[in-house]
Amino acid sequence: MENRIEILLDKYSHSRRDSLIPILQDIQEEVGYLSEEAIILVGKHLEMPTSKIYGLATFYNQFRFEPKGTFHIQVCHGTACHMLGAVSIIDFIEKRLKIKAGQTSRNGKYSLEVVPCIGACSQSPVISINGEYHSKLTAERIKQILIDLIGE
Amino acid sequence: MHLLVCGGTGCRASASDSIIEKFKTEIAAKGLENDVQVILTGCFGFCEKGPIVKVLPDNTFYTQVKPEDVAEIVAEHVIKGRKVNRLLYIDPTNQEKISDAKHMGFYRKQIRIALRNCGVINPENVDEYIARDGYHAIGKVLKEYTPAQTIDIIKKSGLRGRGGGGFPTGLKWEIASKNAADQKYVVCNADEGDPGAFMDRSVLEGDPHSVLEAMAICGYCIGATQGVIYIRAEYPLAITRLKIAIKQAREYGLLGKDIMGSGFDFDITLRYGAGAFVCGEETSLIHSMEGLRGEPTNKPPFPAESGYLGKPTNVNNVETFASVPVIILKGADWFSSIGTEKSKGTKVFALAGKINNVGLIEVPMGTTLREVIFEIGGGIKNGKKFKAAQTGGPSGGCLTEKHLDTPIDFDNLIAAGSMMGSGGMIVMDEDDCMVSIAKFFLEFTVEESCGKCAPCRIGNKRLYEILERITNGEGTMEELERLRNLSLVIKDTSLCGLGQTSPNPVLSTMDNFYNEYLAHVNDKKCPAGQCKSLMKYVVEPEACVGCTACARNCPVNAISGERKKPHLIDTAICIKCGACIEKCKFNAISIK
Repeated sequence: MENRIEILLDKYSHSRRDSLIPILQDIQEEVGYLSEEAIILVGKHLEMPTSKIYGLATFYNQFRFEPKGTFHIQVCHGTACHMLGAVSIIDFIEKRLKIKAGQTSRNGKYSLEVVPCIGACSQSPVISINGEYHSKLTAERIKQILIDLIGE
Repeated sequence: MHLLVCGGTGCRASASDSIIEKFKTEIAAKGLENDVQVILTGCFGFCEKGPIVKVLPDNTFYTQVKPEDVAEIVAEHVIKGRKVNRLLYIDPTNQEKISDAKHMGFYRKQIRIALRNCGVINPENVDEYIARDGYHAIGKVLKEYTPAQTIDIIKKSGLRGRGGGGFPTGLKWEIASKNAADQKYVVCNADEGDPGAFMDRSVLEGDPHSVLEAMAICGYCIGATQGVIYIRAEYPLAITRLKIAIKQAREYGLLGKDIMGSGFDFDITLRYGAGAFVCGEETSLIHSMEGLRGEPTNKPPFPAESGYLGKPTNVNNVETFASVPVIILKGADWFSSIGTEKSKGTKVFALAGKINNVGLIEVPMGTTLREVIFEIGGGIKNGKKFKAAQTGGPSGGCLTEKHLDTPIDFDNLIAAGSMMGSGGMIVMDEDDCMVSIAKFFLEFTVEESCGKCAPCRIGNKRLYEILERITNGEGTMEELERLRNLSLVIKDTSLCGLGQTSPNPVLSTMDNFYNEYLAHVNDKKCPAGQCKSLMKYVVEPEACVGCTACARNCPVNAISGERKKPHLIDTAICIKCGACIEKCKFNAISIK
């Protein structure tokens, strides 16, 4: 992984602080999350303390510090989805997969993220699994979707 | 012939991608590639009836198209010229089928300025934008007007910032133009973070060139040669379209050095927001562009004096920019003839919630809430009663029945205790609990507060905790009083717009629905039946026949019981999703 990150950093050879966010975005795009070693490498490259980088990265919702699961589930919690039962859906997925929002399951198979609004309000409540939308969910449908996913 | 398929997020969520693929294979199979073009457009707005397919030149508007319908549309409409009647929109008032969108209630009262090209052109083809008078405005400005004259037109038009604040755009440009500097910047704020608002994304996905053109006009006016679009990384389609648009504009000499031979240089780059609601505030946004935490700073100095990298910077929102080229071409008088006295032009709203026609609409300022909800929006879902419309997202408040005939504009919304915000409008019916809605928005604010100033960081957390106690049935009358006082303090003392407006959802629901707060506090009841802590699902043993339907359908296995014997719900496991009530044929489960 170290190698992939160094190749990425080479693209930003004469960079200043204002390339920090684009660099972190590129790393996350490439390896899926920001590992401790990635943050150290960026620190060396930009001659910045890692605490500052960590402080910035934790400020923004986009950055993750553990790898995504094979199945990355995003639950929309925008206003329209909230009114139509997003909370029950989050509850249910958390109980069923035994992970909390923001976590990845131990076997690395599932990760759950609650996102503010994915802009598909006409289809609410909505979730997306690896980018594929499942819309107008009911308790029954979400149960079926998870059964299909887990394979029981 | 052109087949336009909606590529907005709502339609993509219901398979518009595979519809496009199917159309392409079907058309190729019939050997019609040269006669029929299949185009993925921007959002048509009528998300409720998506996916939408429009056939040009005859303007036929097909709704709720499924991939299975594609073959029939090609065989019937494309080849034989016969409309597929079953896919046409049915007018709910008289059950008549309508084939041309302009006769639909949803579109009839709309005037589309910012959305003028969305769902009309192929956003990935600059020629189509040019054919719709695109880049004529920048040409006209460079050739005929001085920067000061151009600013004057924008000032006269009365255009105000569409991102929420409503600051006069022309004035903003004028201030930036007067601050001398070796470099200035034009920034487009496309960091749309308001839950339930997706108009900026729709403009960028459906008509990216209009924003590029307007940014170049702004650059000419204020004396900037560099533009930056700060866009949410979560908008991949909009980013792709912008990249294509920038590349095409450069190839045509519409961006870059010496635009149209005028000697004016202007180029645009993209920066991706990393997901922070507070970055919608312009000083936060600029910090984020500089590689810092997106925290706001006190104004003054305004960005127009000292912004990105310490240089004068003009920040406008996507929808504001998208309106600019039309104003230049049609004139300030035309634009200011639309709207109300102090709010000119149109505003885009994202209608969502318990309304029949969920979607994106653009109406003249001054349209009443009644027209928006009952004429364009087609009324409340399932014939329920209208309760409130929430505007302005987490910074706004709710409008109730008594506001139905108020003309919607910047000032009237503020007078009604809400605000325009970016234009999200969530409609609620009698089944929605207003205390729970206020809590929802506070939860969002607590999550998104940047933590810099104490009133917002600590105060909103306390507000949220009080609301949580109230919705759990643990609130007291003293706490209701504290809720209001604390809200007023947070409004007065917070550093930026986020904190100054964050208590609005609380204050506005307290003003309009105080009875609901009282019911939660005094009677420990949620009148709308939404607050889960205040209710319990119970099986009525006399009515239960032990069919096991509920137990089989409970997603968390909270129901136990033998066949043909009354079942029991374990309230510790129950997540109160309602699946059992839906399944029970004997009405044996009730909410207490």
